[in-house]
Amino acid sequence: MMEGVLVKIGYALASLFLITNYGLLLIGVTMKIVARVHGRIGPPFWQPYVDIVKNISMRTTVSHGVMFYLGPIFRLTGGIGLYLIIPAVYGSVWLQNFSFSGDLILVLYFIFFGMLGMALGAAESGHPYSAMGVMRGLAQATTSEVPFALAIIAIAAQHHTLSIQDIVAAQQGGILHWNMVTNPLATIAGMLAFLGMMSHSPFDVHMAPQEIPIGPATEYHSSFLSLMQTNHSIFAAAKLVLFMNLFFGGATNILEMVIKTFLIFQWAVFVGVVFPRFRVEQAVRWFLKIPTAVGLAAVIVYMIH
Amino acid sequence: MKDDEKTIDEMLNPAGAENEFLTEEYYCQALPKAVQPVANKIVRKFYNWAQANSLWILAFGTGCGSIELPPLFTARYDISRFGLFPRPTPRQSGVFIISGYLSVKTLKRVIRSYEQMQNPKFVLALGSCTVNGGMYFDSYNTINRLDYYLPVDVYIAGCMPRPEALIAGFNKLKQLIKEGKAEGANKYAENFEWYKANQKKIIKNWDMPEYNW
Repeated sequence: MMEGVLVKIGYALASLFLITNYGLLLIGVTMKIVARVHGRIGPPFWQPYVDIVKNISMRTTVSHGVMFYLGPIFRLTGGIGLYLIIPAVYGSVWLQNFSFSGDLILVLYFIFFGMLGMALGAAESGHPYSAMGVMRGLAQATTSEVPFALAIIAIAAQHHTLSIQDIVAAQQGGILHWNMVTNPLATIAGMLAFLGMMSHSPFDVHMAPQEIPIGPATEYHSSFLSLMQTNHSIFAAAKLVLFMNLFFGGATNILEMVIKTFLIFQWAVFVGVVFPRFRVEQAVRWFLKIPTAVGLAAVIVYMIH
Repeated sequence: MKDDEKTIDEMLNPAGAENEFLTEEYYCQALPKAVQPVANKIVRKFYNWAQANSLWILAFGTGCGSIELPPLFTARYDISRFGLFPRPTPRQSGVFIISGYLSVKTLKRVIRSYEQMQNPKFVLALGSCTVNGGMYFDSYNTINRLDYYLPVDVYIAGCMPRPEALIAGFNKLKQLIKEGKAEGANKYAENFEWYKANQKKIIKNWDMPEYNW
């Protein structure tokens, strides 16, 4: 009994170690790709690691209260929690994580949980730009959840299950079994919502990377920031694994997972380097039009099916 | 009474105001402390290497020299390949570029921004104006020597220095950080009274807290 628990904890830690490094490398390589699109050489692909070490090595920190401390921790909890309930590699012993029968519902909560914790922490800092970033971010995240939730309902109705594990199992046996082919409407709605969830260019106004306000993280610095950077990589990788499982047949080995998630991420990067940024009300309107309509159509198909 | 002569408490709590505005809740009045680098030599070298290869620049242009900064981020010069990135908030940035002449009015904002940055922090002074006043040496409202007011790590002389000169300055700064010689933040904390006296000498309407973290 005790040994079983220890082994599971070991697997979870190994799995987290893998996904953290994978997420950091993914972000580094993406910075390089974006730079090449701009015609620049770009930072080395290990730059995210150097940034994290540098932030840890800062000698002073300023706190703004208890919630300011808890903000990044809530966010990290959201990221780790999300990752650990999704099966990263189907059929693997240690990358199976803690997938269970109702995880599809829990995933929806966990994606939002970290964001709310971050909102509370950023609000505690008292900086007006933080509050502005939080408002914009929550408005956009809420609307991008609408087509995503509809896509998930359509997938659940298609496979008669709320378990990601079973959804992946149902997609095994070649590309023609993937939900991308068997349920294209849900895939389109999901992948359009994915753009909003990854916070790349058309939907990055709450981060406002080129403006004076930097978004919710305005007051976060030193080791707080390195915690958030670590979470950023885990959260991004976890969302990629989720979309791979939901629409693109999951993965049966690590190499397949890396290739698939990398290509899914490039969809957000590609749209990001091509299209300019939406304002928040434009993003809200955009999400509630075409992606929501496609998502509704996907659900209606299974209502009358 | 003119606005210039009021203290910060009097301005925030005008006579007859209902709720008292407590400055202590909004500003930390604690003075800066020098924090020495890590004692372990290997860890210290590793941290210095990370500091040198991930310099976040505070996106704050103070004078005409700030026009030399945007080209650095374009395809032609691309400083991101050296690990240099612009950062919009002083909390997260490590390098402050004083770009060209510094008027007394801007100096106030520069001091507040500099004090909000976290230790270790570095100052790069761009252009002749920061060395001895340059062509504004006899101006009534610009400062002549920057290092009376802030500890400067690297000077880049010229009027104006081109982006290449700035990149050379960054390389010099990196070298200093790797050697552990760029301890501007500690120098500021250790000689705090001297710096404050100089700053107060030139800023007539001092309506800020002593130290803004």
